[in-house]
Amino acid sequence: MGIRIIEEKCKGCKLCVAACPFGAITITEKLARIDIAKCNLCGACVDACKKFAAIELIREETPTIDKTRYRGVWVFAEQREGQIANVTLELLCEGRKLADKLGEPLCAILLGEAVAKVARDLVCFGADKVYLAQSPQLAVFIEEAFTEVITGLIKEHKPNIVLLGATAIGRSLAPRVASRLETGLTADCTGLEIDTKTKNLLQTRPAFGGNLMATIVCPNHRPQMASVRPKVFKPAQRDQMRIGKIVRYNYKDYSLTQRAQLLAVVKGIAEAVNIAEADVIVAGGRGLGCAENFKIIERLAEVLGGAAGASRAVVDAGWVPYAHQIGQTGKTVRPKLYIACGISGAIQHLVGMQSSETIVAINKDPKAPIFNVADYCIVGDALEVVPALIREVEKIRPREQAEPVVTDSKLEHQFALGG
Amino acid sequence: MMDIIVCIKQVPDTLEVNINRDTNTLVREGVDSVINPFDLYALEEGLRLKEQYGGMVTVLSMGPPQAVETLRQALSLGADNAVLLSDIGFAGSDTLATSYTLAKAVKKIGRFDLVFCGRQAVDGDTAHVGPSLAERLGVGHVCCVMKISEVGDGNMTVERMTEEGIERIKLSLPALITVSKGINEPRFPSLKWKVNAARSEIEVWFAQDIGADENKIGLKGSPTRVVKMTTPQHNRQGQILEGSTAEQVTDLVSKLHQAEIL
Repeated sequence: MGIRIIEEKCKGCKLCVAACPFGAITITEKLARIDIAKCNLCGACVDACKKFAAIELIREETPTIDKTRYRGVWVFAEQREGQIANVTLELLCEGRKLADKLGEPLCAILLGEAVAKVARDLVCFGADKVYLAQSPQLAVFIEEAFTEVITGLIKEHKPNIVLLGATAIGRSLAPRVASRLETGLTADCTGLEIDTKTKNLLQTRPAFGGNLMATIVCPNHRPQMASVRPKVFKPAQRDQMRIGKIVRYNYKDYSLTQRAQLLAVVKGIAEAVNIAEADVIVAGGRGLGCAENFKIIERLAEVLGGAAGASRAVVDAGWVPYAHQIGQTGKTVRPKLYIACGISGAIQHLVGMQSSETIVAINKDPKAPIFNVADYCIVGDALEVVPALIREVEKIRPREQAEPVVTDSKLEHQFALGG
Repeated sequence: MMDIIVCIKQVPDTLEVNINRDTNTLVREGVDSVINPFDLYALEEGLRLKEQYGGMVTVLSMGPPQAVETLRQALSLGADNAVLLSDIGFAGSDTLATSYTLAKAVKKIGRFDLVFCGRQAVDGDTAHVGPSLAERLGVGHVCCVMKISEVGDGNMTVERMTEEGIERIKLSLPALITVSKGINEPRFPSLKWKVNAARSEIEVWFAQDIGADENKIGLKGSPTRVVKMTTPQHNRQGQILEGSTAEQVTDLVSKLHQAEIL
């Protein structure tokens, strides 16, 4: 494994210097030199140097497994109380395309208690086959039990690709499964393609705080595993007539280790506001001046029937809880409408919201980077613009029609789940 | 008594990382290295448990030799011991190889009740290493913990935020938890601990010290490969609205209305 400059061929042309995303190449005495400490072996320089072919990237391609024995695109079907997660439908839609390109089946894995009806739904949404594991022990998501069952299924049926949603469940589960199988896992993908030459899965994800997009492959291990960001792909459409196979998986119950136990779920509290699922998000930033002023953000969100989001700066300042934070270290959102108020638009914020369908930016500074990703730009003080916007929206949308996402912030539904 | 291990990572201060748009390269010059912000919450939580129940906090990091500074910073906050895993053989590790290496080190450290990690590192953003490490150590784990509500005899109760709300989970010890922002306010270094930190020897372990299989570390032990890096393009034709605030707002609402967004 390594990279080297073939000195006889190098003309010192600097094409590679410009191509390297890591600034790892310098030219000294008309020869390219690679700083190995900075190099990520991404091969961008090799492509740039096609003309002279002076850079050699040595990748030890030593498949330890027979890849042809691994077939099928699998989607982990996330469900809570029989309700399929939206991201699962998105994965079924994207998984269908990958499976068709490979000429392999699309399968879903479903774990739970009394979820046979959900298995049928998964077929309607595109699965050719559903592996169904049912047990009271699988009624709620527990990492170790789910890891046990899923790795068991994977070892037995050898899928080529396994996709999970990058949700609280998927992000906690996928690394355990990948580690037990000693295979590669790519986090938070926003793009999936099949390499036409190698048939490998090309997994694209933001890197370095969203400054770069990295494409990652898992060439010599199977299955190829990826977690995929919600709301990036279109959801699959239901087709009531579709037929598929439901395979019941019998595992040994006693093998499920239960070192963690879910005691309770507290729903519906304001802090748990699910901005990732909202169709309209109004987000506030430091330009609002103080915590008190954040109320106008909440108010505009309310009249639009949406949710309130925030930049990292205002969460750090303690104006609103972390659950509202949008961006690299917060949540990634993709609403139909995103209104950024007093947010300058650091790249870390942009990566969390730039794929929103329509973006409105309100900022005093005409040079604010947020305007580079916006469809509609208002250069002005959010403290003046937002209240005016509330009045204007109320004209076309009387209050009673608005449907706030959080119905009652004080309401606490609490119920204990199996002891 | 609780024996606690906190895994920390040295990362570039991503708030300062920028792209040179002419060359499409990362501008790294002048970018400081810091403790991954989420790991500071993990360390703080570990220190608080130690102060309440007694025990030891060991900080563990894998990285280049200069990552020793990150560990010294952790000592100045009150950690008792620090171990750096630094070996040229570890270079190029993906999350699978990293968790293998950390697991080998944790096993060498020996007994533990709790391993803490930050919920993700802000440079890689994968959130893989915590759960992956738990799997390799054969212990249970909970991700994105926002509160430790109870520590009992051989177990603890924690709360995590999910899309659905807050889940309260009882976990038997030993275990691993990854912590989220909002769990605490990290402290500042104290003079006493700073002096301590300056005097402390930080152990550096090589691959052979932890008995690592050379096929499972670094690039060799990493199934994933980066094959391409591109700069994301933001190409929206932003329309700047004109006129007074009232006119701009009326214009905006009618445009959104026409586009059937409102």
